[in-house]
Amino acid sequence: MSDRVAEEGPEGAEAGGAEANPLLRSLKERFGERILAIEAFRGDATAVLAPAALLEVATFLRDEARPAFDMLLDVTAVDFLGRRPRFEIVYHLVSTGDASRVRLKLPVEEETPSVPSLVPVWPGANWLERETFDMYGIRFDGHPDLRRIYLYDEFIGHPLRKDYPKQKRQPLIGPGSQGEAGGQGGGR
Amino acid sequence: MAMEEREVLLRPDGRPGGADLRDSFFTSRYQDAVAWARKFAFFQYPFVTACCGMEYMSVTGPRYDTDRFGLTLPRFTPRQSDLLLVVGTITHRQAPILRRVWEQMADPKWVMSFGNCTNTGGPYDNYAVVQGIDTIIPVDIYVPGCPPRPEAVIDGLLKLQERIQRERVNRPVENIHGSVSTTRFASREEVALVPGPVEPHRD
Repeated sequence: MSDRVAEEGPEGAEAGGAEANPLLRSLKERFGERILAIEAFRGDATAVLAPAALLEVATFLRDEARPAFDMLLDVTAVDFLGRRPRFEIVYHLVSTGDASRVRLKLPVEEETPSVPSLVPVWPGANWLERETFDMYGIRFDGHPDLRRIYLYDEFIGHPLRKDYPKQKRQPLIGPGSQGEAGGQGGGR
Repeated sequence: MAMEEREVLLRPDGRPGGADLRDSFFTSRYQDAVAWARKFAFFQYPFVTACCGMEYMSVTGPRYDTDRFGLTLPRFTPRQSDLLLVVGTITHRQAPILRRVWEQMADPKWVMSFGNCTNTGGPYDNYAVVQGIDTIIPVDIYVPGCPPRPEAVIDGLLKLQERIQRERVNRPVENIHGSVSTTRFASREEVALVPGPVEPHRD
């Protein structure tokens, strides 16, 4: 994680490093070791945190931080196949007050790909977390309705994981579907 | 005098019938007449899923005006349609819906595959996209392009009309799939069971 330290960061890191960012500094002061790393790059603030701290940090950012981050813009994940921890869950928050943004990243192990759901904090997290579950197989503990959102219930696996075979097809009808004799599962 | 009046109604070659009678009918074959009527009175069902829909709107609008060629009223129920226009990317999740729409159309019916995604999957060689709708329903005419030019769509329409003119009621016509008629394609399997087994076309 040393590459995350802003002083050694790439060109474009803010003068004074992430420590100069007041929001990141306040996060670091308040949550201490549970903030694993902070970085600032061309005005984008990022905090890497332990999954166990997510709900507390999110509630803090929504209620107490100034500006208050009242909007969850996006939830997604990154699959670093071969690295440990394998997954990184990414949250983008925005403050509608002054349009400032902050990004939260959660490293998650492959064996237990689950993080707390943010639906209690931002109801808009509902479909975003369902999408991340659909595509990456990340479990969101406490989600009220964790079903697939884009794909069909019959689909096996999570297609945006790097080890999902690119050519693998799971058609509902047509060649390769169940009930089709000699289906290869590979389209035409 | 009576004989003279009758002679007025004879044709120049001596056969019965005069100028007024000659103008009032023509002779044709029944099959030709039916095909002629069918090919100029399409009731289209636009199954529009993606960006090709913009090009579809353009080609059916006043500038390119497919009304000129008999591609007229869109019917938004398959039961009143005989030409299924599949316009845009079809995903596996969408596929059973497309198939059900096709099954709900009454014969005679035709399918136009509009654009590269519909023809082959286009650039989307991935987990989500059907690699050509002819893997799930029979296609009569393929219009290539990303999106197709209006001229390409009109050309495809005219080629489809040429085919329909050669079709015979209850008799298959040679086409790109061989000599399998859409009627036989439908009768070989259970009707309206979605999802269900599908006989794919093999080119």
